[in-house]
Amino acid sequence: MTDGPQAGVIEAPLVKPKVGREDWVMRAGLAVIGVYLLVAVVFPLYTILSKSFQDERGTFIGLDNYAEYFATPALFYSINNSLTVSVISMVITVGLAFGYAYGLTRSCMPGKGVFKAIALIPILAPSLLPAISLRYLFGAQGMIKGLLMGETIYGPIGIVIGEVFWTFPHALLIIFTALSLSDARLYEAAEALGASKLRTFFTVTLPGAKYGLISACFVVFTLVITDFGVPKVIGGGYNVLAVDIYKQVVGQRNFQMGAVVGLVLLAPALLAFIADRMIQGKQVALLSARAVPYEPRPDRRFDLAMLAFCGTVAFIIIGILAVAQFAALVKFWPYNLSLVLDSYQFDLMDGGSWGAFWNSLKMAAWTAVIGTAVIFTGAYLVEKSKGFEHGRGLIQLMCMIPLAVPGIVLGLAYIFFFNALGNPLGFIYHTLIILVLCTITHFYTVSHLTATTALKQMDAEFEAVSSSLKVPFYRTFVRVTVPVCMPAILDISIYLFVNAMTTVSAVIFLYSADTQLASVAVLNMDDAGDTAPAAAMGMMIVYTSATVRLLHFLLTRGIARRTQAWRKR
Amino acid sequence: MNEARAPYLKVENVTKKFGDFAAIKDICLEVFESEFVCFLGPSGCGKTTLLRAIAGLDIQTSGRIEQAGRDISNLPPTERDFGIVFQSYALFPNLTVFKNVAYGLENRKMAKADITARVDELLQLVGMPDQGPKYPAQLSGGQQQRVALARALATSPGLLLLDEPLSALDAKVRLRLRHEIKELQRQLGVTTIMVTHDQEEALTMADRIVVMNEGVIDQVGTPLEIYRRPASPFVADFIGAMNFLSAVAGGDGTVRLHGVELSAIEGTDGLDEGTAVTLCLRPEDIVTRAVESGAPNAFEATVADLEFLGSFYRASLTAKGVENTRFQADFSVNLVRDLGIEVGKTLTVAFPADRIRVFAGT
Repeated sequence: MTDGPQAGVIEAPLVKPKVGREDWVMRAGLAVIGVYLLVAVVFPLYTILSKSFQDERGTFIGLDNYAEYFATPALFYSINNSLTVSVISMVITVGLAFGYAYGLTRSCMPGKGVFKAIALIPILAPSLLPAISLRYLFGAQGMIKGLLMGETIYGPIGIVIGEVFWTFPHALLIIFTALSLSDARLYEAAEALGASKLRTFFTVTLPGAKYGLISACFVVFTLVITDFGVPKVIGGGYNVLAVDIYKQVVGQRNFQMGAVVGLVLLAPALLAFIADRMIQGKQVALLSARAVPYEPRPDRRFDLAMLAFCGTVAFIIIGILAVAQFAALVKFWPYNLSLVLDSYQFDLMDGGSWGAFWNSLKMAAWTAVIGTAVIFTGAYLVEKSKGFEHGRGLIQLMCMIPLAVPGIVLGLAYIFFFNALGNPLGFIYHTLIILVLCTITHFYTVSHLTATTALKQMDAEFEAVSSSLKVPFYRTFVRVTVPVCMPAILDISIYLFVNAMTTVSAVIFLYSADTQLASVAVLNMDDAGDTAPAAAMGMMIVYTSATVRLLHFLLTRGIARRTQAWRKR
Repeated sequence: MNEARAPYLKVENVTKKFGDFAAIKDICLEVFESEFVCFLGPSGCGKTTLLRAIAGLDIQTSGRIEQAGRDISNLPPTERDFGIVFQSYALFPNLTVFKNVAYGLENRKMAKADITARVDELLQLVGMPDQGPKYPAQLSGGQQQRVALARALATSPGLLLLDEPLSALDAKVRLRLRHEIKELQRQLGVTTIMVTHDQEEALTMADRIVVMNEGVIDQVGTPLEIYRRPASPFVADFIGAMNFLSAVAGGDGTVRLHGVELSAIEGTDGLDEGTAVTLCLRPEDIVTRAVESGAPNAFEATVADLEFLGSFYRASLTAKGVENTRFQADFSVNLVRDLGIEVGKTLTVAFPADRIRVFAGT
């Protein structure tokens, strides 16, 4: 009852906005997305956390598991190993990707479109595939093992080469974008002021691409430290965290220790994620609307140098894939080099089958369809609904978590959560549903951000206009928002499809005899010694992803011609 | 007892807070049927906040809003009766002009033929017949804004809200559309509220102007009232060009401006002799043709600078012998030629008493 400075003035009664039917629909939608994210992200992660504090009977034992972990050198040495290969791969990949992107954006070399397309191919392959190629190149009977000068490929060297191949496109895309967004006027100013080419590079080019480079570093580091495919195939006795989890769970059935290693792996991934977010927050738009895009000028010597560099990198990328395809067709390497299709008889192999390939297609299709619908609708509700600030903030946060969680940790968390006694959702365990759910979750964040970016570019007043015309928001969502955002929606679906085809880590614990997947078959056949069929299956994944990408490209262009006529003047 | 007409829209003690910051404070306002009202003020004055509260897009924190006798204070936009046009046009880019205009009609179970007839009528009305099959991106900014207007009017709303509708357009298009919107409004008689920061727009279009500053209303009046008799130095400064001169009240309706005694009418009541005041006078109200020395409110001034602005000259003058008093006067091209006005020349100028506004304080 204390009076404020204006004693005697009665506070005006607050207006309580009436909650209309549409508000209820919107709130219900938000609630559904919130519950979905709780079940798909938060609860499983909580379960894995609590498991790490329990013994095998489920009794709480505090930090005992962690004490045991750090008392076992064979286990905690992996931390050092993981960090070592991650940092080395990061430096090499970002360096190469910068050079490659520099050639694509700052030189007048020929064939830029082809070079860009080649550089993106590794995205279409499971990480197991380059590792299998490396065996054929540098293994005991490798084609060019002499290049290693007596060193073995099974260990850090193999891991780093495989990871550089596999993470290269991710780094390239980020750095390419950063370098494309440069203002020609800055270069003209530098030239007018008489700065040398080198000085311009250090004072204009590098600062402009700084955030892109930092971001690429974090992305590559996280991808490598959480990757399971490359070290599993080529790591030999060199233990890393992601493989340790697999060994603990699949090899020793020690789920508690698996959970502990999972959380140890989560730490650096989470730190990289938070650091990246903080740096991204500092980034201000360097490119104003009035910036003039940079147009490179021909310079024979420089262009030839860049062509040589990009050509070499592209040759290596193609070479690694070609070796995998060659290995899949050779009758018996290195003794009988006749080309046959024996390796494609997956049904005769240990751990593989054509069924696995069809399962993968089915799983990827469902992931693309359901995932895109859920993620885009969720992003729309978070972005465009009114009120409910805290709830929306919380959902936004939950959407960001998956990016920080390694796939193998997520998969393990799913075992713990969905296989728990009494979980009413337990029926999805060992079905295709859990594979779809886990894959959507694993790739949720990037898709969510793509959707959010597209939605932010839409006029903020569409909803206001339609409510003034008394058209419910969901009608405008269907008639305007979805068609306008169709390019982004197709991007999301293709991203989900390709990743669902290639992922191993998120699903390695979750498949059953009936729901084996192609990528898992690659791993299992390789494990069983059927390396050539493993390579064959890996290449099947590449061809499938490539075909779908091509279809996507044609479809996007077709749709753009028909329904997006309004984009052109 | 009973008023001539009841207001169509009544805003009572409306306050909107964002956190601790009050964007508008205790706003009271009445808008009458068929009236064209402009909310005018600099950016951040709360004019758009008030418009969005009236539309229900951002409902006020406290206060009451009544439209056509109905309390709409807490209703969501879908349950209110208005059409709205935004600065960004907000046309649906994937729908044709026809579909955009028909958007609100299709939801009302109207027969297809009726919809087509109504859309054609509206496109005719905004001067864009035959443009129905085009997409918004194929239209110029002015055409897009016409379509947005047609879309907002399609459902025959009782209230038309315009949020800076002309700000994104080129100067020439803006002038033409200004006229067209006003014509259309007069023709349809739809009660209209327009938000603008452009004083010229408000002066030419509005029946009444609501001048806002820092979340409160400074003045409500016809364009002429606002221009001629600004209620505060802020309004005086914001609308048109204005000289602000420090002076001292002299009692009996006079003010002293550095030794020159001036009689003034507006605003001198109740000012004690010796009170510091601000004297306001528009440059175009200063006269010099046929002013004899010794005439009321006349004194000698020297031309310090002369700026050619096309249709007239703006002269900077200093009262003779008082170097630090500078004021500006607008002289027509004819006048400058006839009197041979040039820099350094001394003129006899007069401040007409009925045009002087005096505000207490400096």
